[in-house]
Amino acid sequence: MAAGKQHQSNRSLYSARNLWSGFLFGLGMVAFFDETVFHQLLRWHHFYDRSTTDIGLISDGLFHAFSWFATIGGLFMFADLRRRQGLWLKRWWGGVLLGGGIFQLYDGIIQHKLMRIHQIRYVENVVVYDIIWNVSALAMIAVGAFLLYKTGKRK
Amino acid sequence: MHNHHAHEPAGGLGIDLLPLLPFLLFIGLYLFAVIWSNRKHRKWPLYRSVFWVAGVVFAAAAVTGPIATLAHTDFTAHMLGHLLLGMLAPLLLVLSAPVTLLLRTLNVQTARKVTKVLQLRIFSFFTDPAVASILNIGGLWVLYTTNLYHAMHDSMLLHSLIHFHVFAAGYLFTISLIYIDPTPHRRSYVYRMIVFIFALAGHGILSKYIYANPPAGVPSSQAESGGMLMYYGGDAIDIMIIIILCYQWYKATRPKTSQVLAHQNSGAY
Repeated sequence: MAAGKQHQSNRSLYSARNLWSGFLFGLGMVAFFDETVFHQLLRWHHFYDRSTTDIGLISDGLFHAFSWFATIGGLFMFADLRRRQGLWLKRWWGGVLLGGGIFQLYDGIIQHKLMRIHQIRYVENVVVYDIIWNVSALAMIAVGAFLLYKTGKRK
Repeated sequence: MHNHHAHEPAGGLGIDLLPLLPFLLFIGLYLFAVIWSNRKHRKWPLYRSVFWVAGVVFAAAAVTGPIATLAHTDFTAHMLGHLLLGMLAPLLLVLSAPVTLLLRTLNVQTARKVTKVLQLRIFSFFTDPAVASILNIGGLWVLYTTNLYHAMHDSMLLHSLIHFHVFAAGYLFTISLIYIDPTPHRRSYVYRMIVFIFALAGHGILSKYIYANPPAGVPSSQAESGGMLMYYGGDAIDIMIIIILCYQWYKATRPKTSQVLAHQNSGAY
């Protein structure tokens, strides 16, 4: 039982690190999924859209670079939590969903619509795709926030 | 390169050997140092020698041979050459730890002198990740968004200088981020990470800029495929740098042994 108690106290000690590890990994994973599935496999997204604004190009570049680092960095933080015996999977998943959802919402509203880096798919009724995209982002945020709330109360 | 027509291919091989000589010399010097220093020191790891040979071969492939020839007329081939010369070759050469090998091959007095030189303030300046990034990524912006790219093809001297810069800046950029060889002027992991993210972003933005705005004299179809090669090729090599940087960070922040022992003794997991 001593071991279990130790683990409990480590979890509280590294509570914030669990959140951030998940958040970074979630953000990176969504960006990675976007690249592999929507750019490469389905080929719905375009590499460059003639209507992209300059700020869109910069935002896309910064987020792309950050997400590469976040995916790998988030996983190394996960390994670090395990080695410190402070991993709190429920809270970590809360971070994953929150980070992934926030990035998906930013991508769906700001980058696709305002900065026009590219559309989800080049079809007439793209609004249907937009709605599904952003609603799923909101769902991820909601579930993530719920998990973080549940794991945040206990000290 | 233009001047290769000046001499005949050696023998019946059909391969022009003369431009390869300096690269063979680099490989020979490294392997000689390995054999020489192995007599007195612990055996030099084989993988480091493999990295060195591979790095020199990729650098050679970028500046001589079919890719280099094609690069004069084809922008995508030019970009492939730059990925090899400015990113992949530097990374492999850094991983082969040439300075460490040099220091253990030299006698103690000479090695001390080399170490003194490396501690000079000028190295501190150039191995600052921000300075190295500006030289590396900033140099690429200048090359592709001004007339320089066009002018490079008319001047042999300019062509050589730019290719040397691409390699040297790529090497500097790599050693400013991951510490394999002795590094007297060290920067924090957080600082290196932040600078690296901006450098990677600058590289990605330039790739898309090239895609949309071809450099003078480059057909748009070649600018598009070259830009995409730069974007994804850059990602592939940068991901290796990120993993090495994170791994070094992970090792450096290992919890104190006593803590770990306490946990193991308490039987956790």
